[in-house]
Amino acid sequence: MSDIADRVKKIVVEHLGVEADKVTEGASFIDDLGADSLDTVELVMAFEEEFSVEIPDDAADTILTVGDAIKYIEKQQA
Amino acid sequence: MRRVVVTGTGMVSPHGADTETTWKRILDGKSAARRIEEFEVDDLAAKIACRIPLGDGSNGTFNPDDWMDPKEQRKVDPFIIYAVAAAEQALNDANWHPESDEDQIATGVLIGSGIGGIEGIVEAGYTLRDRGPRRISPFFIPGRLINLASGQVSIRHKLRGPNHSVVTACSTGAHAIGDAARLIALGDADVMVAGGAESPVSRISIAGFAACKALSTQFNDEPERASRPYDKDRDGFVMGEGAGIVVLEELEHAKARGANILAEVVGYGLSGDAYHITAPAENGDGAYRCMMAALKRAGLDASDIDYINAHGTSTMADTIELGAVERLLGDAAGKVAMSSTKSAIGHLLGAAGAVEAIFCVLAIRDNMVPPTLNLDNPSRESAIDLVPHKAKAKQVDVALSNSFGFGGTNASLVMRRYQA
Repeated sequence: MSDIADRVKKIVVEHLGVEADKVTEGASFIDDLGADSLDTVELVMAFEEEFSVEIPDDAADTILTVGDAIKYIEKQQA
Repeated sequence: MRRVVVTGTGMVSPHGADTETTWKRILDGKSAARRIEEFEVDDLAAKIACRIPLGDGSNGTFNPDDWMDPKEQRKVDPFIIYAVAAAEQALNDANWHPESDEDQIATGVLIGSGIGGIEGIVEAGYTLRDRGPRRISPFFIPGRLINLASGQVSIRHKLRGPNHSVVTACSTGAHAIGDAARLIALGDADVMVAGGAESPVSRISIAGFAACKALSTQFNDEPERASRPYDKDRDGFVMGEGAGIVVLEELEHAKARGANILAEVVGYGLSGDAYHITAPAENGDGAYRCMMAALKRAGLDASDIDYINAHGTSTMADTIELGAVERLLGDAAGKVAMSSTKSAIGHLLGAAGAVEAIFCVLAIRDNMVPPTLNLDNPSRESAIDLVPHKAKAKQVDVALSNSFGFGGTNASLVMRRYQA
């Protein structure tokens, strides 16, 4: 697992207060991890902070799962 | 109008995480004031406060995790956590957990706060200035808004009746209970979860209230002596924090389900001073008219009052209230006990009127009047027993609670022992 994936998962665990083993790449923030729309806004802010990237709103709207977040950040940092 | 009774209470206070612990420590004559250790106070004029004892939940300590998921706590100001905890206690005490549509819609919430999430606003201000608008959390607004105490409580317990809030500075808690009782009396709800919550102990609030010359600054080395209502050496209030919440219920609704009736809310009066932004009118006329209005609504005479829980903040205004009460009582002054529980737990601002209304309910229940601590040398003589130092046993069938706030906003509640 990449360093980025680990850091993304750690943020999700901390912000959503969920068990680490539930935070799989296929897990949807809203459907599987109990987030609401405001939680997802805050998650995106936390990713921006952690990885020093800017995630525009239209891109944020496409980040629905843990895997989406990892892929987006990997692409930005490639 | 329909009759309204109290069927449950809940509290988080500087004396403990629940109503009974707080009441016991108040009757024991203990002060909760101490030096502030959680943040820098060297440059503040007031360095003391009455703080909620945090802990693992044992021995009366408050453990926020017992009441709200840590992940949720992170999103709200502490005043909302206190409100959520006290409301759940009150609903448990009342044994009211509505499940049907009808019961949920008949139950409303009316919780206020004086200054709400002021510290969170300051923190967000730093974030905005230093890191820009994209770093402002989506939980900043809903975690600071005063009516979100009512909102959070209603969401957690599915209370779908009137959802309302009050912001009247230090009269907030009394106005919330009075307005909620009126909603029940008029038939807008059968049950209301009502009260006040406040978490003001922060550098910004102390700086602000100290600038108004409202805080005690001469007893920083003897915190337990600082809150001394009516005493000649009083020099300002000591800030407190917490929440007081009651379950109010229409009498027949309470009887039909066999609820334990703690007291009846028989009177509620309101008035405005129209005088000054922070000082009460010197003739005490606003306070007098407010108490008179509450008695009139109750259908009682001043001579029916047994106990008054005073606003009594330990400021110069104490004697203005005392004068107004003497004018109200006239020849009956000698039979009345009046004390300020702010001498023990400080001034809970928007929660003060609510916790003090609960103390009136408990004074009626136990026939005990709480003391005014540190009243060593009254600044003037009065025929009214100000209950110095020690609680005393006294028959209490009618109790009046006063609350007066910045802006010249006054509220009085009258509670009476329940009689069929």
